[in-house]
Amino acid sequence: MAGSWGRFNIVSLVLGFAFLYLPILLLVIYSFNESRLVTVWAGFSTKWYVELFSNRGLMDAAWVTARVAFLSATVATVLGTMGAVALSRYTRFRGRLLFSGMVFAPLVMPEVITGLSLLLLFVAINFDRGFFTVTIAHITFSMCFVAVVVQSRLLSFDQSLEEAALDLGATPVRAFFQVTLPVIMPAVISGWMLAFTLSLDDLVIASFTSGPGATTLPMKIYSQVRLGVTPEINAVCTILIGIVAVGVIAASIVTKRQEVQRRRDEQTAMHMAT
Amino acid sequence: MARLFSSIAARLVIAVPYLWLLVFFLAPFLIVFKISLSEPALSMPPYQPVFDLAGGVSALLERLGQLSFANYLWLLDDPLYINAYLSSIWIAAVSTLITLAVGYPIAYGMARAPASIRPTLLMLVILPFWTSFLIRVYAWIGILKPEGLLNQFLMLLGLIDEPLVILNTTTAIYIGIVYSYLPFMVLPLYSTLEKMDGSLIEAARDLGCPPMAAFWKITFPMSLPGVVAGCMLVFIPAVGEFVIPDLLGGSRTLMIGKTLWTEFFNNRDWPVSSAVAVILLLILIVPIMFFQRSQARSRETGS
Repeated sequence: MAGSWGRFNIVSLVLGFAFLYLPILLLVIYSFNESRLVTVWAGFSTKWYVELFSNRGLMDAAWVTARVAFLSATVATVLGTMGAVALSRYTRFRGRLLFSGMVFAPLVMPEVITGLSLLLLFVAINFDRGFFTVTIAHITFSMCFVAVVVQSRLLSFDQSLEEAALDLGATPVRAFFQVTLPVIMPAVISGWMLAFTLSLDDLVIASFTSGPGATTLPMKIYSQVRLGVTPEINAVCTILIGIVAVGVIAASIVTKRQEVQRRRDEQTAMHMAT
Repeated sequence: MARLFSSIAARLVIAVPYLWLLVFFLAPFLIVFKISLSEPALSMPPYQPVFDLAGGVSALLERLGQLSFANYLWLLDDPLYINAYLSSIWIAAVSTLITLAVGYPIAYGMARAPASIRPTLLMLVILPFWTSFLIRVYAWIGILKPEGLLNQFLMLLGLIDEPLVILNTTTAIYIGIVYSYLPFMVLPLYSTLEKMDGSLIEAARDLGCPPMAAFWKITFPMSLPGVVAGCMLVFIPAVGEFVIPDLLGGSRTLMIGKTLWTEFFNNRDWPVSSAVAVILLLILIVPIMFFQRSQARSRETGS
């Protein structure tokens, strides 16, 4: 196949990845710029990072965001996994069509609509806006992403394993926790990470559903970006990119190792059986 | 006892996420619809109640007679809103086509790459999606502005004498949307292209079909499910996009997500912004249903 991987393909990949990565790379480079003018290079400096940590408002916002992201990702992972199991293991229940509709719609729903509608709900039921309303909003859309990720793993999963456990007398609950869950765990973990970054990212829905005292980091960044590009914001962005990159790469290494280990275990089991 | 427990567990697995989505996803839409029919008021919340359940059924029926479509009439009467809807659909459609044109060669190159490096390439496409959307849009401001990096670079090469005005134009919005949504296009395209049977193309080539013709007659039609999924994943959210037109499009470009935001946060007109949202949803309902059907179908066939 390598022979037919022509020059055209290599060129389009190189250009494509340059387009994807160059803007991020430039942003990172200019966060180390000495000058306040973001587009004129004046020498290497880390002073914007130092200034960042003494910016009280930014640090508070970062702390709020971290808590919202952790809590919402955790709840969304539980709810989303339940939803995925419901969709892939129970093919018939009343209102299934509506349910699958509600799982897929938030994936493409414009954020302004989701944000506005949730805010109006919170106002209608007189729920004070703040930390918990943002968290609920984030759970709602990220659980759908988790459900889709976990569902696709459940569909490719060999159901005979589950059936074997049931035949041997395990209850469905036990079969799920002892057989199914360990196998789909990588998908559940990447679902959690996806939910976490979606929450970390979100500006629009948080702006609608948040209240006083619960300004998230994207809201803070947005209000400063509107005033112009500053090196501090480049520095914040660089730190966020660094955290995400390390997290994603670490997770992919861990899942790869687990995959290799699982294959080895399966092979050993096969040898022992024959 | 164990059976009873299991059947309760099965019910809970369905009921808990179902109820959550009913309360926090579906019910809010009904409230948006309700408020879009009410009159604005100078109070908190800034609208007149439409339904008051405390008054009983007769009061409810009386209220139904008073529902006002005034907000909708107002929207349809004002060319600002109609233009905003039309230009959003146009901008989203053009950006979707550009994204397809940019994304297809990338997905194709990935699918034809040696199998050993495909996971790495896949990871490289997904990684930018994990970094913040806001940050990726922000990065373009520094590149596109008049004294920005792109203009500096082009002037250094001597291609232009004075800076191009790109920031705060529709071109900047196209660039922003294509850039931000590219992974959503590449991933579904890649997954259909990767599964494709290469022997079909070899057969066509053996029979004397030129490469371009083989592509348009075989590869492209077979990748259509991926094309459709990718286009929907880009088009639908792009129509209601707020961050990109706000940061890159400047004040003159009109997009409905931005209009809704302004109505809500600056003019504090909740009923009108609800009506804007309802019409936006009506416009998007057909592509959303289409997307869901294609998703459900691809899941049932296990691909």
